[in-house]
Amino acid sequence: MQVELRQQGDTLTAALTGDWESGDATPRFVRLLEDRAAGHALRTIDFDASGLGAWDSSLLTFLMQAMTYCETHDLEFRNESLPQDIARLLQLSRAVPEKKIDREEPEASPVARFGKKAVVAYEGFLATVAFTGEVVDGFTRLILRRVRVRWRDFWVVVQSNSSGALPIVTLIAFLMGVIISFLGAVVLRRFGAGYYVSYLVGYGMLREMGALMTGIIMAGRTGAGFAAELGSMKITEEIDAFKTLGISPIDHLVLPRMLGLFVMMPLLTIYADFIGIIGGAIVALAFLDITVTQFITGLLTAVTLGDGLLGLFKGTVFGLIIGLAGCVKGMQAGSDAGAVGRAATSAVVMGITLIIAANAVIDWLAVLLEV
Amino acid sequence: MDADRPPIEVKGLTMKYGPLVVMQDLTFQVRRGEVFVIMGGSGSGKSTLLKHLIGLKEPAEGVILFDGEDFGEADAKARKAILRRMGVLYQNGALWSGLTLEENVALPLEEYTSLDAEAIGEVVSLKLALVGLRGFEAFYPSEISGGMRKRAALARATAVDPEVLFFDEPSSGLDPITASRLDDLILQLRASFGTTIVVVSHDLASIFKIADRALFLDIEARTMTALGSPVELRENPPTEEVRRFLTRNSGGDPPVPDFDRMRVPLP
Repeated sequence: MQVELRQQGDTLTAALTGDWESGDATPRFVRLLEDRAAGHALRTIDFDASGLGAWDSSLLTFLMQAMTYCETHDLEFRNESLPQDIARLLQLSRAVPEKKIDREEPEASPVARFGKKAVVAYEGFLATVAFTGEVVDGFTRLILRRVRVRWRDFWVVVQSNSSGALPIVTLIAFLMGVIISFLGAVVLRRFGAGYYVSYLVGYGMLREMGALMTGIIMAGRTGAGFAAELGSMKITEEIDAFKTLGISPIDHLVLPRMLGLFVMMPLLTIYADFIGIIGGAIVALAFLDITVTQFITGLLTAVTLGDGLLGLFKGTVFGLIIGLAGCVKGMQAGSDAGAVGRAATSAVVMGITLIIAANAVIDWLAVLLEV
Repeated sequence: MDADRPPIEVKGLTMKYGPLVVMQDLTFQVRRGEVFVIMGGSGSGKSTLLKHLIGLKEPAEGVILFDGEDFGEADAKARKAILRRMGVLYQNGALWSGLTLEENVALPLEEYTSLDAEAIGEVVSLKLALVGLRGFEAFYPSEISGGMRKRAALARATAVDPEVLFFDEPSSGLDPITASRLDDLILQLRASFGTTIVVVSHDLASIFKIADRALFLDIEARTMTALGSPVELRENPPTEEVRRFLTRNSGGDPPVPDFDRMRVPLP
């Protein structure tokens, strides 16, 4: 591709030669103009396409540059000597006058922006409250046996949160036990109280870490899954199809999922407690001067049934939170592919935030009630 | 059910997307047993109007009466009774992806009838056979083609023998032959069951083939500008826009397509 500029009087003729193909560097029209020797003022730009070979859009972009230059500098753009196909395409590109569409909103003041965000957040909060109400209503009808739940969805959730979740729960709970035990070993040994490490591991896993870690894992795993699943169903109008058949999507989609987590979370919590204590025990036996019997005796004297039940209660609450966050974000998802991703992300964020907040509240109540 | 009362009556409907008015002053009736087509260019609010008619969206202004009952005012029970009497075929079928075709068609039956499993199975087989999907009972929606999905969705929409059937762009995404077969199926349904049929479409071939009456939504005027038989509308178009739409003439000089006719309304 080559361009050669020839000037005759006030007419500049650009001779286009060779093959013009996208991918090769296209000459810039303005650059060529600047490079030519200064001469007469220009009035017309013409072309010579006699040596032109194959061409594609790269030639058109070059000609568009020339055309735009002519428009801005009030020159005549002669396209008669260009091949007819090219002339017509150029004509097409100018068929509709450019529209100045102002899509940017005028710059709002920080106060206005804050207000707008607050309104959006408030509306989102209201929608979430309304959704929670519908779910509670659904559960009430379920207890009154006025709903037919899709038990298959329930079993799918149960399955994916049992055998499917065990490996990751095992790993995290085990390491959690190990970490608590190490922490205890370092601190308690200084006081010669290494024996009490079993207290720490027992309390830590049963009251706090078992339920909390399981909750966080499940929020990332299952909560995000719910949001993505329901969000996609929204895009494909499957949720609308439920609505127009008079079937409540809450009864049909949300309840079985939440019930599945409601049943599985306490079980997973017990499992995580157990695995965590084993992890803690291994560290205690390896690094502290403790025998198996001492560890178990310490555990049994320190830990009460109340501690275990508190953890179980937390696990159950977390299960409901995760299910609710996942479903609410999925059902509120917008209708493009990015929206599903955002729904999954915000389901995890909402799930984890609420879990930690709920954990603090439950701990506080436990202290008040002396559990 | 009163035979003289129009199954669908729309009075002074205004539809909005947020603050943006899409269409206003829509007033029309759908007559019992007719094929009623809602037509208009892309982005004119055809599908939005359909969503209003099936109760997925609330009117910003005006009322929609289904067999004399106001959808917006109805309580949960009345709403369900209304929904029982309508069936919807969504643009891409919207079959429930987690269920087999058989389960998809069976679900409305389980919800609305007290039939036992065996009887439901028989109805399901019949409905699937009527749309030519015998033998596909155990397939999942992802395992069949787009045309088959639409037919399966039609089987689901007609499972409980609705009085009014809604179709959202039935021919979109289908080749002309498959689309034409779907049109035949629509006409057959009307002939056999006397079902009132409301179709959203911009496919001219299909409009002329099936429509008794058609409603034209004009993007620029933001309201309906024509209502009548498509053939008559083509002979005596009330506006230039209707003429262009029904004769497929883009309006500009032949070598330059008229991009203005393609644009979507901006606020």
